[in-house]
Formats: sequence, C-alpha cells, structure tokens
Amino acid sequence: MSKAVIEFTDFSFTYRAQQEPTLRGINLSIREGEKVLIVGPSGSGKSTLAHCINGLIPFYYPGETAGSLRIMGQEQQEQSIAALSQTVGTVLQDPDGQFVGLTVGEDIAFVLENAAVPLQEMKERVTAAARAAGIGDLLSASPQELSGGQKQKTMLAGVLAGNVDILLFDEPLASLDPFTGTRTIEHIDRLQRETGKTVIIIEHRLEEVLHRPVDRIIIMNDGVIACDLPPAELLSSGLLAGTGLREPLYLTALRYAGVAVTPDLQPQHPELIRLEGAAQRLEQWVDGYREQSGPAEAVPLLELKEVTFGYERETAVLDKLSLTVNRGEMLAIAGRNGAGKSTVSKLICGFYKPSSGSIWLNGRDIGRDTIKERAERIGFVMQNPNHMLSKTLLYDEVAFGLKLRDVPEELIRERVHGVLRICGLHAFREWPISALSYGQKKRVTIASILVLEPEIIILDEPTAGQDYRHYNEMMEFLRGLSSRGITVIMITHDMHLMLEYAQRAIVLADGKKAGDDRPERILTDRSIVEKANLRETSLYTLALRAGLQQPEELVRTFIAFDREVRRR
Amino acid sequence: MRARMLTYTKQDSPVHRLSGAAKLIVFIAWSLTAMITYDTRCLVVMLLISLVLFKVSTVRFQDYAFVLYFILFFFLLNHLAIFLFSPLEGTRIYGTRHDLFHLAGRYTVTAEQLFYQLNIALKYAVVIPVALLFLLTTDPSEFAASLNRIGVNYKIAYSVSLALRYIPDIQRDYENISFSAQARGIDLSRKEKLPRRLKNIVSILLPLILSSIERIEKISTAMELRGFGSGRKRTWYMGRPFTGRDYFALGLMLSLAAAALIITFYDGSRFYSIF
Repeated sequence: MSKAVIEFTDFSFTYRAQQEPTLRGINLSIREGEKVLIVGPSGSGKSTLAHCINGLIPFYYPGETAGSLRIMGQEQQEQSIAALSQTVGTVLQDPDGQFVGLTVGEDIAFVLENAAVPLQEMKERVTAAARAAGIGDLLSASPQELSGGQKQKTMLAGVLAGNVDILLFDEPLASLDPFTGTRTIEHIDRLQRETGKTVIIIEHRLEEVLHRPVDRIIIMNDGVIACDLPPAELLSSGLLAGTGLREPLYLTALRYAGVAVTPDLQPQHPELIRLEGAAQRLEQWVDGYREQSGPAEAVPLLELKEVTFGYERETAVLDKLSLTVNRGEMLAIAGRNGAGKSTVSKLICGFYKPSSGSIWLNGRDIGRDTIKERAERIGFVMQNPNHMLSKTLLYDEVAFGLKLRDVPEELIRERVHGVLRICGLHAFREWPISALSYGQKKRVTIASILVLEPEIIILDEPTAGQDYRHYNEMMEFLRGLSSRGITVIMITHDMHLMLEYAQRAIVLADGKKAGDDRPERILTDRSIVEKANLRETSLYTLALRAGLQQPEELVRTFIAFDREVRRR
Repeated sequence: MRARMLTYTKQDSPVHRLSGAAKLIVFIAWSLTAMITYDTRCLVVMLLISLVLFKVSTVRFQDYAFVLYFILFFFLLNHLAIFLFSPLEGTRIYGTRHDLFHLAGRYTVTAEQLFYQLNIALKYAVVIPVALLFLLTTDPSEFAASLNRIGVNYKIAYSVSLALRYIPDIQRDYENISFSAQARGIDLSRKEKLPRRLKNIVSILLPLILSSIERIEKISTAMELRGFGSGRKRTWYMGRPFTGRDYFALGLMLSLAAAALIITFYDGSRFYSIF
C-alpha cells in the first residue's frame, strides 16, 4: 500500500470571525496516486477543506485549528504557503481571476519566477508544461484572446510547471461550458494516469466529474465527512439525496422506472452500466406515462428580424439573426462562448444598436427607444449581482429604479413591498445588502428589476456557481414569475436548467441560429450539441444503450415525471 | 472597439531589439539631461537625435497620434500659463531686456521671454518623443522585469504588470455596470443636469469599487498560492539579459549626457544666453 500524502486526524477549524467550527473532527487520509472527488453543497466546508490542504488556511485566512493535518508526512502548521505551493498545486474555480500574467507563457512561469528559477531552465519547463496541458502553441497569447477552456489549461500548465506532487482542483467546471468541462475532466484523467500524481477534485457537479473514473468520493455535509465510498457503492446507497446533491440523471431515470441500482450494475458511468432486464422496465415506464398538459398557445411578444451586429466593422457577431420570443414562455438561449448570446441580450436592451435589422416588441419597432424606456418593459439581470447593487440597504436598492422615475413615495413603498414578498425577501427588508448571501443578493437584483413591472426579464446565467438546492430554489422562483405571466429568457449553458425549466431552447452558433426547438430535442441532436459546445444528456445515452425505439421519448418522460416528483 | 492607444506592437527594429531595462535607463537619463539643461544647442541636437530614433523605430503615426495631440494641447496651455503668470521670467533669467511690443498692463513681450519659452518648448519636444517611443517599443511584460532590474522592489515592479493585466477586465466591468445602471434609469448623458449626473456616476462607482475589491481578493489568494512574495528575489520569464547592443546604447547615452552637461555648465550657468 502506498503512503499517505494527506492525513487529517481529528482535525477541526474555526474561522477567526466565527463562533462555530466550519470543519469538525475530520479524519481523512489520501494516499499517493489516488484520485479523489470531494462533493458537498455550498457551506458544507468542502472549500475550507481545500484551503487547509493548500495552506490558505491558516496562513491567509486565520483561525483556530485543532487536531493534526500532515501533508507529505509534515505537519501543515509548521510550513508556509510558499513551501506548500511546492507540494500542492491548486487550480482555482475562476480562471480569469487567477490569470496574473500578461501572456500564457508568463502565467505558466509565475510559480517558477517566484522560486527564482534561472531563465534558461524556466523557459524549458514552461514549454514542457504548456505542451503537457495542450496549449504549446499559445505561449504568447494574452488572456483576452483565450477561451475559458484555454485559460483553464493555462492554470493547469502553471501548476504542472511547478512539479508538485498533489493537484488540487477547486470547482474546475464552474465557469466552463459542458463540452469544455468534459474535455477538462478527460484531460485531468490522462495527466493523472501519465504522471501518477495525486489528484483531488472538489465539485458539486457529480455527473460531469464521473465522466472519468475516480477512486473514491467523499461527501462533505455541515462540516463533517458524511461518507467516504467508492463511486459504485455511493451511487447505489441513496446517500446523495440526503445531502442536497444531485445524483446523475440516468440513475434517477432508472429509479423512476423501478430498477434497483446496486454496485454490481456498475452505476458510475452511463456507458458502463449493465442494463440486462432494465431496458424492458424503462420501455414500460416511458410507454405508461402520459404528459398532463399540452403546449400553450404561442403569441409572439418579442421579435428579432434579421439582426446583424459586430463590435468591429469587419467581424459580425450576429449575422441576420431572426428569433421570436412568445408571451409567457421560459426560453433558454444557449451557445458556446463568443456565439453571441450576451450580445443578443445587449441589443434587446438597447445597450448597442444593431447595424441592420430590427427588434419588435408587441408588434412595434423599438429601435428608437432609449435604454431607459426599454428597461420599463424588458428587465436585464446580470450574472454577477455585485455589478448591479449600488445601495447599502435592501429597500433603497429595490426602490432605486422607481425613485429615478419620479414615482410618488407612497406608490413606491407599495410596489417595493409587493415585489419583496414575491421574491421571498420581505423579512429582510430592513437589512443591509452586505449581510445577504450570494443567492439572496441575486434575488435582490431580480427584485430591483421586477419592481419596474417589465413584461420580459432576461437573466444571464441565473444559477452559475450555485449548488443543487440553491439552483432549485432559484429556478422554482423563476417559474413562479413565469406563471404570473412574465416572460423569462435565460442565457445559459447549464444543460440541466435547459432540460428541466426551459419550454424552448434557441442555440446560437457563429452568430446564426443553429437550433430552435424543445430542449429535449436540442440535447439529443448530435450536430446541434456539437455546434453549441453542449453535451448529449446522459439520459439519451441511457436510452440508446437500453435500445429504446424512441430515445427522445425517455428524455421527455423523465423531465415531465421528475417535475411532478419534485412538486409533490 | 477597444482604443488601442499607446500600446506596444510587436515589430522588429533596432529600438525594439534593445532590452527593456536598457531602454528604461536610456529614457531616464535622457529625460534628466533634457530637464537640467537650458542650453539651446544641446536641446536642438537632442531633438534631432530623437527624430532619427523615431525614424529608425518604424512605429506608426496612428499608434500615438491621439496622445500626441493631447500633449500638444497641454503644451500650448502650459506656454500660455507661463506667460500669464510670469511674463518677464526670461528677463529675470538672462538679466537683459529687449522689448518687442507691449500688450496690456504688465504684459510686454520681450525677446528674452520668447527665447526662454523656446527653450521650454524644445525640452518638451526632446522628452515627449522619447517617452512615447519607450512606451511604444517596450513589451509591457518586460517592463516589470526592467523596473526590477534597475533596483525597484519586485513587489512594486510586479504591481505595474498586474495593473496592465487587469485594466481591460476592469473596463469590461465598468461597461457592464454602467449598462445595468442605465437600464435602471440612471442617466449618464448630457441630458441630465451636472449635479445629478455626478451623483449618478457615484452610484456606478460603488459597485465598480466593490467588484474590484472582490477581484483583488481573488488575485491575491491566487498569487499567494503560487508562492509570490516568499523569496527575496525572483526571476523574470520575460526578462532579457543585456547584450552588446544594450551596453553600446547605454554607453552612447552616458557620453551624450556627459557632453550635454559639460557644455551646459561650462560657463557656470544652466541657462545658455544669446544676449
């Protein structure tokens, strides 16, 4: 048996500003060359655990520790961040924020520069690391020229250049589209097999990480280790449900169909799972289920007609794009980075003017309306709530848009209170915004838009970086808005969101519309999936493997059934 | 869309080929010399040299046109101010007075004043092209390494490089924030009266500052995790060792500076006089 590289013994940690410990009685040992996945809902302490491993705790975030943590046999407390950085290489969740160099080469070299490695040796190691990460020809590119996946690879190369023994990935998939995420997981796997390094991945997107095998899955919940099992056993145990984590969709589908998931079914991958006997059950389930409601009548509300736009004269981001948004629907707009998703919303809101084509709302050309005028009918919620919040008190923030429109004070109060009730924020109305959680802040930004009573609300990545529980809360909330007659447009590459909540999905590729259909059809159409950097849903893989006659039917049945289950 | 002003473009010329540190030292020595001397002969020679350098460097006019006009504007403003506040400065310096014509009140144009202001103008003309040239031909990545090489603490030197790295990101944040603010109804255009407009700008600055602080927190943890600031020294990936060319340029610059200073101070005064 190989030696333990990380050993927590009765380890506890309390942040300096807090009373309660964030980690309690952790006993965990990770051996050399292992590949371990740590999952848990937000606030479970999984990031704190990662910070202990890379030394941010206690050297950057001070606090009380108890028990012992040994890294490579040495007590962690007796080392420094710099010393630990020679052993543990961390890839953080947001590749933009940690890209410190002006070019890829410089960024990879950063750790070597700090260790005062001579220039000649540094150049060789940087080139080798860049090649290993698959970005050998991008050494002189600037961060602005890179895609999210390439930035992530740069981070990875930067860690590899340092020759560390342990690779620690802190939510590596959070800012990547599904396709790039899949590639990243494959890449990490290949590196691990080639170099034999110890790999620790912290994520809450279980299904995506399990695209490649891991040795163990550790579930963190409420500051303790809730379970520590090999994937097959964990997935069969039903322990996931109790922790607010999402189990892979294909397994949920099997359970719905009445198939018992056991470790010998090999449930850790949809390509591996043994389906003898299960196929028939699935078929019966799909045939036996009839959807309750038919599609609603479509009344066009917002129309883009042959819209062309480019930030620079020669390159068009959107090329004669036409699309229709119907009244009261929930629409998802998807596409890879740079496909023009955000540009569409910026044109609709009037931040930019199209170079040709027109935008119609309720049968009226709104090309001449100002940003302010459009905002009264079309609200736009940005991905990062901190970009929108400009007041210190919640009430003032929500009332701000009305105050600027010189609405009488009494009417403002009435409308703000109404909106706060809808958004579940009424109890916090006297609170300072800084005391709210990320998800609550996001709701405040939505409330501050809703108070203007728009007909359409556009949200840029409404659930980015949120765990399953918060994702669910947010999306149910948006569905509630939709049932009040507000049209919701979501710009996203979250496939679960698209599948479960969108009634229709529009896929953009190279400034054109590549698909416009029900999400289950989009996500089972291989050519569209490829164009938009999405990934085929595992439900479809399951249906194909089970040899179902109409694989899309399984996907559709699942969504409708799952919705009912969750509503109960 | 993005203004590409005063940005480095990768080109090949004798000036581009010099290492950043050598260029920085030359630039500092050049500026100091130009600031000290009021010797018209030296300044004219330096002006000629700087024009030759520009020619050799092959940088394009459009890369710096805007900045040049901008500086020109302040240059004129400065001259006007000198004359307004001290119309007889030249007479005071050179100790003679040749009136050319009288304007009004205490404002009389003298030959001394014109000569003095000509020298000031020359100083501008000598320093500005070289400053522009330095910015246009030095790879920003190499800049931090150069600063460190001439003795600036590497933590300070690196902050320059970080600023360059994050300016485009903060510009993008600003754009997003101002868009959403405008959608809320905050008017930043001239339609709004000035006091209200200022107030509106403040309400954009708050989220910008907060999101920048968030960014800084992220960057500093990332840098810490990668061992920044642990050692007393660090090496630079983009640093370039001095070559013969660099020593040659430095030698040339030092002899030029020495010559200029000797000529200037030969008669015991910084001010060369034709009167």
